[in-house]
Amino acid sequence: MKKISISKKVEKLAPSGIRAFFDLVLGMKDVVSLGVGEPDFVTPWHIREKAIFSLEQGFTSYTSNKGLPELRRQIAHFLEHRYGLRYDPEEEILVTVGVSEGLDLAVRATLNPGDKVLVPEPSYVSYGPVAELAGGTVVTLKTDITNGFKLTPKQIEDACGKDVKALMLNYPSNPTGASYTKKELQAIATVVKKHNLLVVSDEVYDELTYDFDHTPLTSLAGMKGHVIYLNGFSKAFAMTGFRIGYACGPQHIIAAMTKIHQYTMLCASINAQMAAGEALKNGFKSVQAMKGEYKRRRRYMVGALNHIGLKCHMPEGAFYVFPSIQSTGESSIDFAQNLLKKQKVALVPGVAFGKSCDGYVRISYASSYESLKEAVARIAKYLRPHSYV
Amino acid sequence: MDEILEVLMDDARISPEEIAKLTGKSVDSVKKAIKKYEKEGVIVKYKTVLNPDLVRDSKSFVRALIEVSVSPQKDVGFDYIAERIYSFPEVTSCYLVSGAYDLLVVVEGDDIRTVSDFIAAKLSPMEQVRSTTTHFLLQKYKEDGQILKKRAKAKRLNISY
Repeated sequence: MKKISISKKVEKLAPSGIRAFFDLVLGMKDVVSLGVGEPDFVTPWHIREKAIFSLEQGFTSYTSNKGLPELRRQIAHFLEHRYGLRYDPEEEILVTVGVSEGLDLAVRATLNPGDKVLVPEPSYVSYGPVAELAGGTVVTLKTDITNGFKLTPKQIEDACGKDVKALMLNYPSNPTGASYTKKELQAIATVVKKHNLLVVSDEVYDELTYDFDHTPLTSLAGMKGHVIYLNGFSKAFAMTGFRIGYACGPQHIIAAMTKIHQYTMLCASINAQMAAGEALKNGFKSVQAMKGEYKRRRRYMVGALNHIGLKCHMPEGAFYVFPSIQSTGESSIDFAQNLLKKQKVALVPGVAFGKSCDGYVRISYASSYESLKEAVARIAKYLRPHSYV
Repeated sequence: MDEILEVLMDDARISPEEIAKLTGKSVDSVKKAIKKYEKEGVIVKYKTVLNPDLVRDSKSFVRALIEVSVSPQKDVGFDYIAERIYSFPEVTSCYLVSGAYDLLVVVEGDDIRTVSDFIAAKLSPMEQVRSTTTHFLLQKYKEDGQILKKRAKAKRLNISY
């Protein structure tokens, strides 16, 4: 039999050279891990209890495609209360299976073949591939440690032109932790409006912003029509496994996204949606407690990494730091592999987040303070095998 | 609450140097703040939480929660009788509470006999004590915010985007 062929589009997707490294990590025991992209906290008990209770009560059915009406109302209410955003829960909010689905729907609902999409580098691994799968062409905008891994308005302006339809934005950012102040966002908004761009704004780490108040891009004057606002419960409430996110945007875009969602996903799990409702109702005390922990670990990690010779900037949010490893002269994959083999510390090579990021690694501080200390000691040993740091 | 206290509540043995790293304050100001808290009595003491079930050759001991109804006295209210009760070393905690009784008293002893002797010989005969109801503790599940039973740890993947 002749082997069944794979779709050209999928074949063309950049193969993840990182996969082999991930497999190596997953196959190794007693690893101190700084490589995890999710909270180390377990979902707060009252939220888990709500999910269990919903099962006991027999909630095992589909929900409406857009998500439980009650949850959408809660989301609308929360967004208005927190950020002054006005989204109609009937027409402008869609509950998705994690922000990942929201992202996929956003580009599939809006892109046509040939449309160009601006994607910052480094960025979360999905943005480029989902845009390409949706028929878009990716244009990368490079950032680095000297500007704190932030896009400048000029950079966006210079990249705009024929066929440039959308910009992917993610702040606070995975993998760098960089975020934007209101003033910085206003400058970006001016360019967005001038060139009539769509911004897919992934703000899932919004609750984990440490030095200033988070500003949703869509909250700025005249921006609502330009933004698909993506958020979810994974990071703030430590609910990654529940897979609940939401997308807010102009009515016609949400309607288009819902069309795809109803054919491909139908709806998010009812029990997870009910747990999410509980999180919005009673979960913010836990968010504050977790945020306090992350904030302290961030201070410790940035101080410790700079001290042992890995230069890094102070990230404004999320739970990552993105130190430079250029002083070692190694590629990010070599560095990660050697560190794993010699000291059993796992982290993610920078190149996973963009070709230009080979001089960096992503370190997640979503781990207990004890394991962070142990990891730093081991990295120090790796960097200077004969010293006693 | 001051972040220094938050850190100390979780780990009383952490050094001022480490607290400084975590909170972004200078070592000196951390030391000063802790001294001040100790002096003011904000920090009462530093203690270790043990799981008695796992302590080898620990003497078994019993603990009882006693609901005590008392007659409050003019001018001093409940404070006077409370002090007479909590001054006994057998009493490990003593609270004034609302509801069906007045004082909730926690007593520890080597065995049931010691505790019941304390109640019969010392607590009940006090003039202002009207009645007592004693609950002996059978099993500790959680104490001071710590769950004492060892649970399987939920596993995250060691690496993910």
